Amino acid sequence: MEEKDNKKESLYLKLMPYIEKYGILLLLVLMILVMHILQPDVFLSWRNVTNVFKQISWQSMLALGVFMVIVTAGIDLSVGSIMMLSLMVLAIVAKAGAPWFIVVITPLIAGFLCGLFNGAGITLLRMPHPFIMTLGTLYIFRGTGNLISGGTPISGFTDEVRYLGHGRIDLTWLGLEKSQYLPVSLVLIAVVYIIFWFFLNHSRTGKWIYAIGGNPSAARASGINVNKILIIVYSLCGFLSGIGALILAGRTDSGYPNAGLQSELDAIAACIIGGASFFGGRGTVLGVFAGVMIMGILRNGLNLMDVSSFWQQVLIGSIIVIAVYIDVLRRDLGTRK
Amino acid sequence: MSTFNNPLLEAKGITKYFGTITALENVDLKVHAGECLGVVGDNGAGKSTLMKVLSGLYKPSSGSLYFQGKEEILESPKDSQNLGLEMVYQDLALAGNLPIGENIFLGREPTKNIGFLKFLDFNKIKELTNAHLGKLKINVKSADQKVEELSGGQRQAVAIARSTAFNAKVVIMDEPTAALAIKEVGKVLDLINSLKKTGVGVIVISHRMDDIFSVCDRVMALFQGTNFAESELSNTSRDEVIGWIMGKK
Repeated sequence: MEEKDNKKESLYLKLMPYIEKYGILLLLVLMILVMHILQPDVFLSWRNVTNVFKQISWQSMLALGVFMVIVTAGIDLSVGSIMMLSLMVLAIVAKAGAPWFIVVITPLIAGFLCGLFNGAGITLLRMPHPFIMTLGTLYIFRGTGNLISGGTPISGFTDEVRYLGHGRIDLTWLGLEKSQYLPVSLVLIAVVYIIFWFFLNHSRTGKWIYAIGGNPSAARASGINVNKILIIVYSLCGFLSGIGALILAGRTDSGYPNAGLQSELDAIAACIIGGASFFGGRGTVLGVFAGVMIMGILRNGLNLMDVSSFWQQVLIGSIIVIAVYIDVLRRDLGTRK
Repeated sequence: MSTFNNPLLEAKGITKYFGTITALENVDLKVHAGECLGVVGDNGAGKSTLMKVLSGLYKPSSGSLYFQGKEEILESPKDSQNLGLEMVYQDLALAGNLPIGENIFLGREPTKNIGFLKFLDFNKIKELTNAHLGKLKINVKSADQKVEELSGGQRQAVAIARSTAFNAKVVIMDEPTAALAIKEVGKVLDLINSLKKTGVGVIVISHRMDDIFSVCDRVMALFQGTNFAESELSNTSRDEVIGWIMGKK
């Protein structure tokens, strides 16, 4: 009996790395299949698929930033506010008549500086947990965004500024129809995710980010400057929120006070669904992408089927709880006691 | 073993305050090449503080460190590592979510350049890990195995392998057998003996007299943050050393 259990466990141990890596993709494929069966004419149409990617474009940036923070066993509650503040800075600079190449880098700089502020606060002020610092800046950044804009929307940007969020790559040269274009934001998602995948998996800094999440005292004892790495992580998270602001500016053609409201929670949910562990050190870039996609497809599919948004909330919440329960089971089986 | 003239590592008059608390007062310590020094003492006697001073994690309030006869000031664990001074921590200081190889090279990963970018060289990590584990006769399934999947003894072996992967001259071990099953203790003690043979100076902090009396050449006792007693192992007994720990001579 015991032997049988051991066998079962060792099979699980063998499969675990694959489940950890690709299990979430399986869930994603399954969801796509179910949606396709339920909505065969619409769901996989060119128009709807590009629509899903456009809808998830800015959330995917916030989720990637929050993911890196979660890998260090931290949390960033301020990404929605960073995005809003960056968007307002962009809008004000654009309205002041700055040339487009200045306008497009302002949200990136603003986001980066907000992240730097978070990182510096967490490490230098020795906050007991990043939750507290970023809860504070959630209010500070949104308040600042409202102060500089007077709390009113600022609309109307040039095409160059809107390119990343609104641009279309024409595919008629491939023999496709005019309506079958590629959104620029989709290409941007791919490029950013690939760069960050390389950064996290193939650079020393990336490896140290995982090491800090696994055991911060081990990282420190190995001569890694943990505070410096944390400041880099929160700054990059802010920078990605700034990219999110640039995409949102393109999509909505407007800077508005409610931008990114509660989107930090969506970002955290996508990471958790995608298999990132709140205990730190675990999770993959591919998983986050799958998490963002699952949330996007769920919303899109339920909208197509005319399911009330209240049910959408219930479903997304349930998926989070189930995903974390799977994480708990995995930890129970995966580590020796 | 008092025939060694020049100690590899010597600490003189180390004092360390934490606020108003005196953790160490005027403590001396030395270890020679190929020698194992046992450090004993009750909880709170200052053993761990002393080791953290030696590894650069704490800066002493006063006192000086000499490595191969030269005075050194350690600002961080990086400085002590650069000298060849390595520490094996009681909590092992391994990241469970990373594979064995990446733990051994954590903070010192080999890289290769592609254009102007530096990438981790995973093949080299694996190659060096297998060679190093082989040299120390440490058996694991694969260098790619995650540390959290290993037993306590295997983790201790990985921690020791980690400390000796970069030509360590002195290895400091904090309670190396405390967390181990009995059958694993012997393997770790063998590992310490083979380290000594390669000319490494070893400092072992331990509560276990069995450990001290099977690998050490000399033993020193700390009591309430001060040097209390010290002797060649051959000139003392278990009962005497246990007495020192309790503050009796």
